[in-house]
Parts: sequence; structure tokens; C-alpha cells
Amino acid sequence: MIRILIGKPGLDGHDKGAKTVAMALKNAGMEVIYTGRRQSVDQILNAALQEGVDVIGLSILSGVHLEVTEELMARMKEKGVEEIPIVVGGVIPKKDIPFLKQMGVKEVYPIGSPFEDIVKGIEKIAQRQR
Amino acid sequence: MSSLDEINKARERWEKVLLSKNPVDPARTTSGIEAHVVYTPSDLEEMDYLRDLGFPGEFPFTRGVYPTMYRGNLWSMRQYAGFADADESNRRFKYLLEQGQTGLSVAFDLPTQMGFDSDNPMVRADVGRVGVAVDTLRDMEILFDGIPLNHITTSFTINATAAIILAMYLAVAEKQGVSMDKVGGTLQNEILKEYIARGTFIFPPRPSLRLVVDIIDFCKDRLPRMNTINFSGYHVREAGANAIQEAAYCLSNAITYIEEVLKRGIDIDDFAPRIAFHLIVGLDFFEEIAKIRATRRLWAKIAKERFKAKNPRSMMLRLFCGSSAREATLREPLNNIIRATIDMMGIVFAGAQSASILSYDEAYTIPTEESALISLRTQQIIGYETGITKVVDPLGGSYYLESLTHRMEKEIRALMDEIEDAGGMLRCIETGKIQMDVLKNAYETEKRKQSGEIVVVGVNKFVDEQKQDEEIVLTQINPNLARRQIERLHQVKAERNHPKVKKALEVLKEKAMGQVNLVPFVLDAVKEYATVGEICDTLREVFGEHRESVVL
Repeated sequence: MIRILIGKPGLDGHDKGAKTVAMALKNAGMEVIYTGRRQSVDQILNAALQEGVDVIGLSILSGVHLEVTEELMARMKEKGVEEIPIVVGGVIPKKDIPFLKQMGVKEVYPIGSPFEDIVKGIEKIAQRQR
Repeated sequence: MSSLDEINKARERWEKVLLSKNPVDPARTTSGIEAHVVYTPSDLEEMDYLRDLGFPGEFPFTRGVYPTMYRGNLWSMRQYAGFADADESNRRFKYLLEQGQTGLSVAFDLPTQMGFDSDNPMVRADVGRVGVAVDTLRDMEILFDGIPLNHITTSFTINATAAIILAMYLAVAEKQGVSMDKVGGTLQNEILKEYIARGTFIFPPRPSLRLVVDIIDFCKDRLPRMNTINFSGYHVREAGANAIQEAAYCLSNAITYIEEVLKRGIDIDDFAPRIAFHLIVGLDFFEEIAKIRATRRLWAKIAKERFKAKNPRSMMLRLFCGSSAREATLREPLNNIIRATIDMMGIVFAGAQSASILSYDEAYTIPTEESALISLRTQQIIGYETGITKVVDPLGGSYYLESLTHRMEKEIRALMDEIEDAGGMLRCIETGKIQMDVLKNAYETEKRKQSGEIVVVGVNKFVDEQKQDEEIVLTQINPNLARRQIERLHQVKAERNHPKVKKALEVLKEKAMGQVNLVPFVLDAVKEYATVGEICDTLREVFGEHRESVVL
């Protein structure tokens, strides 16, 4: 069973996206841990490590996806856990997707990405890791 | 006049002769109420005009809370505004007022709403991003500089830190020489929906409710023009609830709050005339209008029958309406102007007292001056050019609308009863039941959008692939903003009387541990330029912080 942690960094409270995606993944048979809101990057990473998840997902609507992803990647490097695949979803302009991928993000799911695509994408990513 | 019997027989004939030959799929409103192909007087068999509709300005207020509604005065147009720092926001306020806006509606940034100062390293990315950054009274002074508070009323979307913002507003008014009894506006001050949906709570529910009631209590005798709470359905609807849930949760929350106020021995008529409501109007046009009329009628009954209000003003559902930002799209954003226009038409037909509609770029970020102006002009064009405003409740009497209003009242009432049976709103929030029901509806709605069952023009139907990468001009966040705000904050801290600040916070802490009304002590602290973060940290020491229990 694929284990995925979905984290919502920063103060933004709009979590409908994170929660509906979490529900879709759960319905597809994954074990989903949703951190809730108001998480720092450290809190998200620590929770992911504690839970031993296969994938980490970030939900970001406030436009800070590049900064937050950069911070997460840096912290993961410090801890020597860069191999955990990251996916990012939210309000992500198309032009930022290449930048995120360059940082090491495996898949980006902008608003409107069908649940099926997200499920299949994460299944593929998790399988590649095994 | 044809009798109902004749009409029923005629309908049967029509169905046999014409409808059966033109079969159509069943249709439902977004909350699932079935819609017939056509409605007739038979659908209103149970309706009694005087009992269920009556006249505007009179119980049960279905047709409107005021006798002449827009014929007498248009609704107040107040576009939600605020971003970056107080200087920028002050400029936007003045611009909108110059362009004919009739009141202000302030958006605060998340740190301000959640009790953090701009120099808190945890919140740096959020300073001034979704609203104006306010750390001390100095920011409020700049925010309202040149805006006469004896003429302009201001709506504040503020909840956990409502007491602080209220205190600052009063302090600014005092400096302008405006007495408390002249100060007017609205405080959202509605913490329960923060736990359900919006998320800007700080403290646990009980001390939070105490603060809500402290504000209502403080204002009821001193600030006759201040609306001290906005029972809100808007946010829970945006989080995924349907129209019935929106109204039911809003009214159920209202009951919870009112019971808290009554527990203090305050009479219903001493504060209820100054409560207001905040609901959404979205694109399912008739359902939204029916929802609001039904909620207006329901509230009147609840105030009168459950709470034994005697003053008709306690029974009036005075309404601030927002458009449905959830229905705005990222793709082909100019289409959102049309969506906002439809929402605004619905708001007017529903009889709101105050409105703020989305700007077309709002799915991306906060509005530019241009997009905010279009939203204001939309309101003005509908108000001044369309003639809708000449007659009160002009859609009243529509067979469909009255049937739907009646049905929605029943459904809303049924859900309210369910919540009551389950122990009341507070209990249902604590167990996560409300959040789960909202999430389920959000999930189902999203699935129906993804399958195309719910059509979103330009997104899942009539899609122009070339428009995928459209760039629009957006409000840019000034990268120096946080630094500038922090500098200002530090300057204020350096200039203030530190022992007095310390003393005010000590007194506040002591009073918070007791039962006394905290607003005067927040006011004292605010006047000494205590910061939002300092005041909230003081209260955190006493009340603790609420930890969200995650419902999935």
C-alpha cells in the first residue's frame, strides 16, 4: 500500500484542494496522512519521516510554491533524504513547472488536474522508488 | 381566475400531449432539489401570501427587510480590498471611494488575522499577501488616513483578532474626533466557521466564544452603529458545502452564538438588531435567490419564536453578500466578469444590504486596480442602469421561485434539526461531522466537474487549447514589502512607552484569567501601541492554542 503525506505549508487556510485530493487517493487505496494547515516545511518533513511515507505532496495556493519547494529540498538534502519523491499541487502557473522539476519535484498537479491523473501519477512514482 | 383543480387537469393534459413527446432529463439544483419543467399556481397550493410573504419591512421579511428596499436606497457597494501595507491599501480605499464605492471592506493579511507580527520569521511569506498587514495602531492610523469615520462605515473581515481591530478602529476614530456612538461598520467576528472551514482561529472554542460575546456586549450600548457579528455561510459554502448546508450551518451557528450572549443575561432585543449575516450568491441563480429568501424567513421565525424577540429589528436578516469566488476560473479569466455579473444580479434579486463581488483575476491573486474597478462598475451598472431596483422583490410570486423558497426552507430546517439532535453546532464541529459532510460534498462536486457533468465554460467545455498559457496582468507582491513593514513595526516599538505597554499586557492577562469583558483592556493595550502579536501571545498564555483535529 502506498503511503503518502499531504502537507499544507504556510498560513493559508484554503484546504479544499488538499482534502479532496487526499480523499481521492484514499479511495484509490492509498494510505493518506494529511498534516492539516499551518505547517512549516520542517513540520511537514518531520511528519513524513516519522510516518515513513513513500511520497510527499505539497498543496500551495498562495504563489509561494517555488520558495517553499526550494526550502523543502534544502532541508531534505541536509537530512540526507532527498530520495523521497515530491509532488506539488495548487495554483502553479505553467511556466513554473519546469523550475519545480529542475528542483527535483517529480510531478506537478495544477488546479483542475483530474483525480485519476493524480492517482496514476503517484502510483507510478511510488513504484519507481521500490 | 382558473381554479387549482382546472389547472391540475390542464397540466395533466399538457404532460400527456406535449411533455411526453419532448422528454428531457431530470434536472436538479446544485443542492439536489429536483426542478420540474415548468411551475404553475398549483405548486404554491400551500402558500399563504400574508403568512409566508407579507410586505417588505415586516415579519416574516421574505420580500425584504426594508419597506422600499432599493427604491429608497441602493445596497452599499463595498469591494473587499486590502493588500501589502497600510499606505497601499489606503490608496486603494481612496480610489474606490472616489469611484463611487459607498463603504469600505477591509482584507487583512493572514498574520494579522492569526495573531502574528510581521517580524515573526514563520510568517514572512504571508506578510501583506492576501490583505493589509496591521501590526500596531500606527498601521490603522495610516490605513484610515484622510477617511472620515463619521461618514464612512467599514466592514472588517476579522475573527480571532476582532477585538484588537475593533479597538484600533475606535482609537483612530477618537483621534479623528469621532465619538463612539457615530462609529459605524461591521465586524465579522464569527469564530465557529473558522473551525469548520476558514481556518484563522487562534484559541480553543470556549475562550474564542467568550471574546466574540465580549465584543457584542461591549458594543451594544456604546456603538449603536456597529454590527458586531456576521453569521456566515459564505466560507463554508466556498469550502464545498451546498446551498442547504450553507444556510443551515449559518443559522445553527447563529443559534449557538445567541445562546452564549443570552447566558450573560443580555436581552435578545438589546443586541440582535445589530447582528448581520454573510451569505454567498453563486451561479445557480434561482436556487441562490430562493436560499436567501428562505433564510430570511427562517431567521425571522427563529428570532421571534425561539428567542422571543419583540423588536422587529431583531428579526431582520440584514445581509452582506459575496459572489462565488469558487466558481471563478483560472482559464479565460475575463469570463469571470460575466460570472460576477450574474452573481450580482442574484444578489440584487435576493435583496442584500451590502455587496462585494469577485474580480476577474481573483482565482490567481488579489485584484488589481483595474479589475477591482470593473467589479465596482458591475454593481453600479446593475444599480443605476437596469431598472431592477424600481420594484421590491420583483421575482416574488414567481411560481418556481416561491416553490423553491418554500422547499429550501423545509430542507434547511430539517438539517438544522439534525444538527440540534446531534448535540448542536459546537458538538458537531468538535466531532468533525460538519467538516466531513462539507468535504464529501466538495469531493463529489469536484468529481462531477472533472467528468464534465458540471459544465465550466472554457475549462471543461468549449476549451481553447491556445488559451492555456494566457498571461494576465496580476498584482505583484513587492519583494521589499515584508522588510518595509518590519522596519515600521520596529520603529513603532522603539518609539512607544515600553513600561506602559508592559503594564497594559499584564493587566490584560490578569483580566483574561477572569470573566470580565476584555475589550476595554485590549483597547488600553492598543492605545499604547502594543502589537497584534504581543496581545495575542498574552492571550495565548491564558487560553492556549487550538490544535486542529484533521478529518479525512
